Amino acid sequence: MLNLFWIPLLTLIGVFVSLSTSKVSRTACAYATAALPAAALAIVISYAPSVLNGESFVERFEWIPAAGLEVAFRLDGFALLFTLLILGIGLLVILYARYYLSEQDNMPRFYAMLILFMTAMLGIVLSENLIQLWLFWELTSISSFLLISFWNHKSEARKGARMALTITGMGGLALFAGILLIGQVVGSYNLTDVLAQGDLIRGSELYPYILVLVLLGAFTKSAQFPFHFWLPHAMAAPTPVSAYLHSATMVKAGIFLMARLYPALAGTDMWFLLVTLTGLATLLVGAYMALFKHDLKGLLAYSTISHLGLITLLLGLNSKLAAVAATFHIINHATFKASLFMAAGIIDHETGTRDMRKLSGLWRYMPHTAMLAMVAALAMAGVPLLNGFLSKEMFFAETLHQGSLGALSWILPVLATVAGIFSVAYSLRFIHDVFFNGEPVNLPKTPHEPPRYMKIPVEILVALCFVVGIAPGLVVAGILHSAATSLLQSDTPYYSLAIWHGFNFPLLMSFIALLGGILVYATRKQLFEFQSQFPERDAKAIFDQNIKRIVDSATRIYGTIENGSLQRYTMLFILSVALFTTVPMTKLIDYEGARPLLPVDGISIVATIILVVSALVTLIWHRKRMIALIAVSVVGLIVSLIFARFSAPDLALTQLSVEVVTVILLMLALFFLPQVTAKAAKPSSVVRDLGLATLIGGVMATISYAMMTHPQTSIADFFIANSKTGGGGTNVVNVILVDFRGFDTFGEITVLGIAGLGIYKLIARMKLFMPSADLNGIPWSNDHHPMMLATVSRALLPLALLVSAYIFLRGHNLPGGGFIAGLVTAVALILQYIANGVDFMRERSRLNYQWLISVGLIIAGMTGMGSWLFGYPFLSSWFDYFSLPGVGKFELASAMVFDLGVYLTVIGSTLLILGNLGALTTHARPEESK
Amino acid sequence: MELLISLIIGLLTAVGVFLVLRGRTFPIVLGLTVLSYAVNLFIFSAGRLVMDGAAVLNSGLATPDPVPQALVLTAIVIGFAMTAFAVILAIRARADLGNDHVDGRLPEQSGEQK
Repeated sequence: MLNLFWIPLLTLIGVFVSLSTSKVSRTACAYATAALPAAALAIVISYAPSVLNGESFVERFEWIPAAGLEVAFRLDGFALLFTLLILGIGLLVILYARYYLSEQDNMPRFYAMLILFMTAMLGIVLSENLIQLWLFWELTSISSFLLISFWNHKSEARKGARMALTITGMGGLALFAGILLIGQVVGSYNLTDVLAQGDLIRGSELYPYILVLVLLGAFTKSAQFPFHFWLPHAMAAPTPVSAYLHSATMVKAGIFLMARLYPALAGTDMWFLLVTLTGLATLLVGAYMALFKHDLKGLLAYSTISHLGLITLLLGLNSKLAAVAATFHIINHATFKASLFMAAGIIDHETGTRDMRKLSGLWRYMPHTAMLAMVAALAMAGVPLLNGFLSKEMFFAETLHQGSLGALSWILPVLATVAGIFSVAYSLRFIHDVFFNGEPVNLPKTPHEPPRYMKIPVEILVALCFVVGIAPGLVVAGILHSAATSLLQSDTPYYSLAIWHGFNFPLLMSFIALLGGILVYATRKQLFEFQSQFPERDAKAIFDQNIKRIVDSATRIYGTIENGSLQRYTMLFILSVALFTTVPMTKLIDYEGARPLLPVDGISIVATIILVVSALVTLIWHRKRMIALIAVSVVGLIVSLIFARFSAPDLALTQLSVEVVTVILLMLALFFLPQVTAKAAKPSSVVRDLGLATLIGGVMATISYAMMTHPQTSIADFFIANSKTGGGGTNVVNVILVDFRGFDTFGEITVLGIAGLGIYKLIARMKLFMPSADLNGIPWSNDHHPMMLATVSRALLPLALLVSAYIFLRGHNLPGGGFIAGLVTAVALILQYIANGVDFMRERSRLNYQWLISVGLIIAGMTGMGSWLFGYPFLSSWFDYFSLPGVGKFELASAMVFDLGVYLTVIGSTLLILGNLGALTTHARPEESK
Repeated sequence: MELLISLIIGLLTAVGVFLVLRGRTFPIVLGLTVLSYAVNLFIFSAGRLVMDGAAVLNSGLATPDPVPQALVLTAIVIGFAMTAFAVILAIRARADLGNDHVDGRLPEQSGEQK
């Protein structure tokens, strides 16, 4: 026996087989499509004998082990029943569709979607893992959407597809939530565990939520009242789709789910009330509405709804026998309803209409088809000697044998009989209106029998109705028993499949239903008149209206929140930061820790005062941009002094050099931006912003103080202990950067390079805003570069480069390193730009900064990858000590090469940014300066 | 000393936040710069304050926590790249849109603007 995985896998491959058959004949296309599902069916059949003996098979392999997820398939009696239905009816539908589809239809596409649906459906019924089941569940919704909208040039097809997807998709989301809750309660998503833990789930306080969510999924999928309205609109699909998805299989997925989780969820009063009453309402609404539909497929659609309600009702009764009856009716309904849909499709195909007011007397034109359709319709009505009779009898018996509604328990059998009456009536209408009842009226085509092979699927299904109806014990007893056993996860109670149980109540109910049905049908004229008093509710219009309402209100909310003002978003963002930080702050009582405070000295106080004043100057004169910029640069200088004061020489050096390039950058920017900020803000918003800023500043100060005064446990000890022995350097900060956390640094210089390149792109082809004069209308100076600065800077360049080389080389052991050395070099080169101008530099420097960035990144990356050659992970470092005559002992470390990459990238990015911006100002200058 | 640094962090945060809330690009860039000083100082102070030391082995000095220092070092450099990007974006926005307001259009005088 092949692995269970092959069953859905084969059909999945079949999707691509179908797609690749666009060049061959239509018959070959159908055969090629059928081949793989047939093979899958063969696998299923090879399992069948063991499964019928009560075995069940589970195959699993790991999917996302960390999340406890696995792909697992399970084949037991219940899954076997559905697998046989899906594959068996699927093959018949493939054959049928070969003759149903016209020359214009894209057959490979149709088959591909049909097989995709088949795969999804197999996935549902074979899943052992609930999350996996849900994935396939959603896949059926999507493939159903595609199939309903197969004739996508028709508006009703598109609308019907959208409605089906919306309703079943929403149900799918509810189901997912329900499954997650089940997983939370049980601790596993495996069906085996979930089914074994029924008491745990029913006892859990989450049970009501689980039940409602799972049932929402099942009810929407199985078109239960009040979600039933999507199914009639799904009839816009080609009839093979209606026969397959919307009667035999997909709508049964909801039933399947309820049955599958029956041992885990059923048995409570809540289950009884929700499931039985929903089923009852669906049964009645469907049966009643079916009678009044003039469209042949519309009648069948409502009849399907009604029968789905019947099965749901049975599952809700909390009785094992009822579950057996439900299983039996699943089989019977699939056979007779699929054949009826196919017959309706044949009639539509041969006459060109499905309107029962036009169709009459077809018996004379297509007796063979009429015979088949009549037998199937009688099975639907529950006439003896056909399969529908048997399960309907069981259904009637079950409605009699329950007492959960107390003194009102009689209501169930009565309403069941009423539904039976209507079911007989609409079946009669299907038979009598279409095949007898005079002559056809204005048919678009003259009807005749369909192609021979188009009838074969119908014949097979109708034969099944017959055989099951006459000799149930021989044909279905085995599969029914094993399916019901695995549904219940326990032995089934005694039941008899015999046709004759003697004169009893259920037989009487059948009899009443038959007679009543004939009576209702006979008085149909009056009934139709009565029904026509009610305004016809167009579900599509209501649905569209509701969707429009939802979209409108969403747009309104969206428009209010997102009005396009970045300033406002920033404010909201900061406001929420303030909200999220202040609330926990009120619970922070211990804001002063035990750590001894450092003494305050005079210099620190002076520095702090300078910083505070500059910060306030920035704040107050922020609209005078030059002054604000100078004040900010003072703040930056003090910050770098703070770093120096508190034992961070590396940071002080970095901050200092970054400060220089930042201020140059902002000065350049001021050339292109207004020199002052226009006064725009209202006083109230200034006050609000000040309040917000003060609040956040206060929070930050408090957190900082609390943090700094509390003793600390740090991971620093590891780095300090291993810096020399593991990284070969005594400057721990640098060793962390280039060795321990080298990968982070690699990422950071990549970001730096990308920022540089992004800026380069932004500058390129910029429509320049060219100021020709400053704020007071004085034209820009056209002085040449000052001689003193030019001379001194040229002399300084070699010196600065030497310093940066020194800082670079010592970086591993003493403060310094690639970042700082790169910034120093960049500053030295920028000084040349400032002193001598862009043109001067362009003549002398052939450095291409984009190229420099890439070289830097490549060096850093290659150093990292170099360790692969020696079998170590990315960026493992190597170092050793050497000695040369005349130089003495020195160290070589691979980390230094990495640092070289950092160095080059930093130079490249900084100069790419400033050089290009500087060049812009040069070109923007007025002509007379040259 | 800890109190002084906390006050500095608080003040810089407040100034930064206020400037970031302005409507024109240049004050916002300044605000981002000031805010990044505050953030860098904050992360740096997570290693606690140590005077007269250096994160260098065998130097005979007190050894501060090197981890925040390494974090802040790269943060300073990246911060520069970010500021530069914001500045160029501001210049480009002014060139393309004709004004230097972050919303891309000047607020109406009637005053739905905050």
